[in-house]
Amino acid sequence: MNTTTTPSGSAPRLTRILLLPVLIVLALFAAACGNDDDTQPAQPAQPEQTAEPAATTAPSEPDAPEEPDASDAADGEDAAPQPEEPAEADEQIGGEVNLYNWTDYISEDLLARFSDETGIKVNLSNYDSNETMLATLAAGATGYDVIVPSDYIIPLLIDQDLIQPIDAHAMENAAHIDPAFLDPYFDVGRVYTAPYLYGTTGLAVDTSQVPDPPDSWAEFFAVPEGSHGSIGMMNDQVEVVHAVLRAVGAEPCSTDPGDYALAEELLDGFKSAVSVINSDGIIERMAAGENSIHMEWNGAAYRSSLENPDLVYVYPSDGLTLWQDNFAVPTGAPNFDQALVFINWMMDPANIAEATNWNAYGNAIVGSDAYVDTDLASSPMVVPGSQELSYAAPVESCPIEAIDLYDRLWTSFRS
Amino acid sequence: MRVGTRWLASPALGFIAFMVGGPMVVIVWYSLRTRGPGGVGVGDGLTVDAYERLVVTEDFAGNVGFDSTYLEVMWSSILLAAATMLVALAVGFPTAVWISNRPRHLQPLLVLAVTIPFWTSILVRTYAWIVILRETGPLASGFDAVGIDLPRMLNTRGATLVGMVYTFLPFMVLPIYAAAERFDHRIAEAGLDLGATPAVVLRKIVWPSVRPGVVAGCLLVFIPAIGAFLQPELLGGGRSLMIANLIQQQFGASRNWPFGSALAILLLVVVTVVLVVARRAAREARVVLS
Repeated sequence: MNTTTTPSGSAPRLTRILLLPVLIVLALFAAACGNDDDTQPAQPAQPEQTAEPAATTAPSEPDAPEEPDASDAADGEDAAPQPEEPAEADEQIGGEVNLYNWTDYISEDLLARFSDETGIKVNLSNYDSNETMLATLAAGATGYDVIVPSDYIIPLLIDQDLIQPIDAHAMENAAHIDPAFLDPYFDVGRVYTAPYLYGTTGLAVDTSQVPDPPDSWAEFFAVPEGSHGSIGMMNDQVEVVHAVLRAVGAEPCSTDPGDYALAEELLDGFKSAVSVINSDGIIERMAAGENSIHMEWNGAAYRSSLENPDLVYVYPSDGLTLWQDNFAVPTGAPNFDQALVFINWMMDPANIAEATNWNAYGNAIVGSDAYVDTDLASSPMVVPGSQELSYAAPVESCPIEAIDLYDRLWTSFRS
Repeated sequence: MRVGTRWLASPALGFIAFMVGGPMVVIVWYSLRTRGPGGVGVGDGLTVDAYERLVVTEDFAGNVGFDSTYLEVMWSSILLAAATMLVALAVGFPTAVWISNRPRHLQPLLVLAVTIPFWTSILVRTYAWIVILRETGPLASGFDAVGIDLPRMLNTRGATLVGMVYTFLPFMVLPIYAAAERFDHRIAEAGLDLGATPAVVLRKIVWPSVRPGVVAGCLLVFIPAIGAFLQPELLGGGRSLMIANLIQQQFGASRNWPFGSALAILLLVVVTVVLVVARRAAREARVVLS
């Protein structure tokens, strides 16, 4: 019980009047934050969308006078033979390149060296899935110069005119591309894309918790001994449904509802064994032993195994996805010339080897092996045996009817 | 409102019309379109397929019929928001009343303390909860040191709720405080002097004055909580899909923008219904909602 004469002194009244509107704004802000931030701190879409154009337009103007000198070096579209001294030409180009890449997918040191050698500043922003990147570009985001799409999403990007031809096959360093990677189904002739890294989506198993690792998706979804309640899944509708379809003996992208009925039944029994569905932080969780089995990419599994020697990587015998990531240039990229310099630079054997060393994924550049760490080159997680490799195959984008079935199975699995 | 001051509101009204109304028109329009080629964006045709998909589906056995998969997601979001609201009320009400009873010079400091979390990004604070709740975190190891083995906390529904209550608690405390602070305690004293029992004073005098604050607090917690995205994903382990995550999924991997828009409309309708019901309840009690 206060002795103050009235409860409405001027200061409290002001507080009262301001309080509610401020609260409402804060509440909306809190809600909006959640939506924007997606699943990761260094995350994609909306925040960068607005930030990027501002960042790019301002500095690119001062660079404009320099561009004519440089355009010879980078405009390799029509003139197949490149100027002989790329390093010197690169130094003159300057400016910047806006790289829109997967989270945790390129080393900062490598980017710093690129900037030192070429004078091109790299602005990095991240996404967590091909679909996030696709939606961002389809919604009209501009300001990105280089993106890193996986195989199956590329035909969609081309059909929607979201990426432009760069004639990667004619770049100077394209001579280093392994012939096996020159004519991929998603970009025959390498007109739109240049190869980055490739790998597989399989299972990392902590053998200290699961002594008898599963050999296949079927065994994995049957919940191996010692894994109940500590299984980690990727938050990836496409890969998880691919896997469960393989486990029931169906093909990825099946349009037969019967396959999904079997898959749903399998997942119903599997759900309670799962502790987390999250594609981020897998390396840390497996390194710390928090999950006994986790769906994981092979290079990430290798990186976890450096801290947790009990880890093995399983190539499921009923099939796993062989994916390949690529560099591409979005339509309307503000720094087209710099983007080409970057892509060409990344195909240099020594440079791409540094990416392989850091990410532990294979690359498509002949001659890079000489620069790859020997530990890495001899690890079955990074270089699969021929038996394991025979299980792996690329998966094209599913037709819409299949995607609708994927959506419903995934929704019922997660709720 | 005094005539002649109306034009002062026009910038605000224009801003709202443009920033709130504009996107809403787009969402309604998208929800009525066909899907774009390959499921990217929207196509040219008009259709109500998206709304049909909310409730009717061909199940995996090929039967067309009522399907509750998506409505259940909406329902579990409502339940989570309601639970968040109730826990926040249980914790926030006593806190707010306590603050309003502190000496007047202390109250601004305490109110400030309640708002301090807003100085840090909600994402960072949610990650902090991951660190606290994980099996190798301070809570589990602390209890472990005294011989108590805690069950798993991170990646459970409980963790989601903790994160939600933590995030939204200030929105409960502040409006209740604003109402309680306004309350003149001498009226309650007068009631007691005139022979009312404490229960009657509480029910007939105290409650009607703090009620608007409670209603406002409940709405401010419930409405944004329905659209919560981060906490189920990060603290709940992504295992309990909420409506916001489902909407994001439609614009991402499921490549169904019209359906995502229809889900957003569903969310909007639910929120509107809640507001209307709350307003009516408040009016019946002759309390004007602020």
